Amino acid sequence: MSRPTPLRDVHESLGATLTDFAGWLMPLRYGSESAEHNAVRNAAGLFDLSHMGEIFLTGPQAGEALDYALVGHLSALAPGRARYTMIVNERGGVLDDLIVYRLGDEEFMVVANASNYEKVSDELKNRAKSYNVVVEDRSDQYALIAVQGPRSQEILATLTDADLDGLKYYAGLPGLVDGRRALIARTGYTGEDGFELFVANQDAVPLWNAVMAAGEPYGLKPAGLSARDTLRLEAGMPLYGNELNAELTPFDAGLGRVVKFDKPGDFVGRSALEAVKDDPPRRRLVGLVARGRRVPRHGYPVTKDGAVVGEVTSGAPSQTLGKPIAMAYVDTGVAEGLAVDIRGSQEPMDLVELPFYRRKK
Amino acid sequence: MSNIPDELSYTKEHEWVAGVEDGLTVTVGITDYAAEALGDVVYVQLPEVGSIVEAGDSVGEVESTKSVSEIYTPVGGEVVEVNQSVADDPSLVNSDPYGEGWMFRVRMEGDPEDLLSAEEYAALTSGDS
Repeated sequence: MSRPTPLRDVHESLGATLTDFAGWLMPLRYGSESAEHNAVRNAAGLFDLSHMGEIFLTGPQAGEALDYALVGHLSALAPGRARYTMIVNERGGVLDDLIVYRLGDEEFMVVANASNYEKVSDELKNRAKSYNVVVEDRSDQYALIAVQGPRSQEILATLTDADLDGLKYYAGLPGLVDGRRALIARTGYTGEDGFELFVANQDAVPLWNAVMAAGEPYGLKPAGLSARDTLRLEAGMPLYGNELNAELTPFDAGLGRVVKFDKPGDFVGRSALEAVKDDPPRRRLVGLVARGRRVPRHGYPVTKDGAVVGEVTSGAPSQTLGKPIAMAYVDTGVAEGLAVDIRGSQEPMDLVELPFYRRKK
Repeated sequence: MSNIPDELSYTKEHEWVAGVEDGLTVTVGITDYAAEALGDVVYVQLPEVGSIVEAGDSVGEVESTKSVSEIYTPVGGEVVEVNQSVADDPSLVNSDPYGEGWMFRVRMEGDPEDLLSAEEYAALTSGDS
């Protein structure tokens, strides 16, 4: 049985199609997922992301513990800022990709994917054992509501006095939104400007309703996981389980920049990652744009002259490009004459560099 | 509740069939329930006009943002017409599944596959809608 988020009744009253995702009952779409996608690109969308995991590290050595547990240099993060990072195993394989917020000198919040947060929480507790820090999984206490899209700031500004102008990308500040305490973070997974609001469970429904009402004049729509997936795909953002998994290192995924070898001390996966960091990758993560209208999907082989040269990790029709697109791992050096085997038919594809979509600043 | 017109016949694979009682040319599409379950349809592959099909054959496919499904023909015979409009604008499947979203016509030979009445199809789809 899937777990509901605090917003389940709201989703049902909005006519959402609900689906199981990583053990949670989540809105897949409310109406047309294309309309939801376009609302986020052109105006704003409202997402329930309460399935994400929130793990808190509190104590004088919280930063050092994260430096050891993760590949990033989190002790160097300024309070109020956030960082995209990863947790890997001893072999350097990616266990999850994370956003870490530094809430104070001695307090960090690690946001993990729903499918991984129990594993991440266990690993963090284990890896932090010898540090003076308390690791606490508070996923059950927090709801997460995201407002994403070019009108997000205008909408949120009607509900809060917080300094949104001063809030940088990948930063977070505590504030009141519609009179409710929230961590307001300028982060997202859509390729647009936007905010993620971490709030106590009991505030989720009133806050959602307040944002819906405030956003209506701006064209805000509730948006489900289907739109979230196509938005992040256009933005070239990896999804754990598709582009990332424990068999791949951050370097395999083209995200070696998140590994900070120059930070002090050892970290889990350091020796394994140092050994491979300069290896030429066998495959690299690229974008494919279909010439036809059939959609390449997760797991489909990428071919050239009939030989398999890669594999699709995510694919969908792109609203913004008007064509099917995919992310795929493709053999290094192969760029021309590619196709994807779509149920036995070799459908021609053009290789492009990621992302497919970049918003105008 | 999805829309299930009384005058049509249905299949377990969520197609609708019109014109079976005449025994001549039948029209096939997918149901409102199926269109709703798929979400926004982005691509429809239709059979070729003139092709000879048997009841139960996979003759095309419907792709949405999240999934792809095959289209089965519930009747055998010759495909005499396909809806080029729906190939050009697949959103017709969502906006008007029983009208402009029709998919193909078959000049029927032999008996159709087991077809469901509107009532039977409603019972089939009420369990999880």
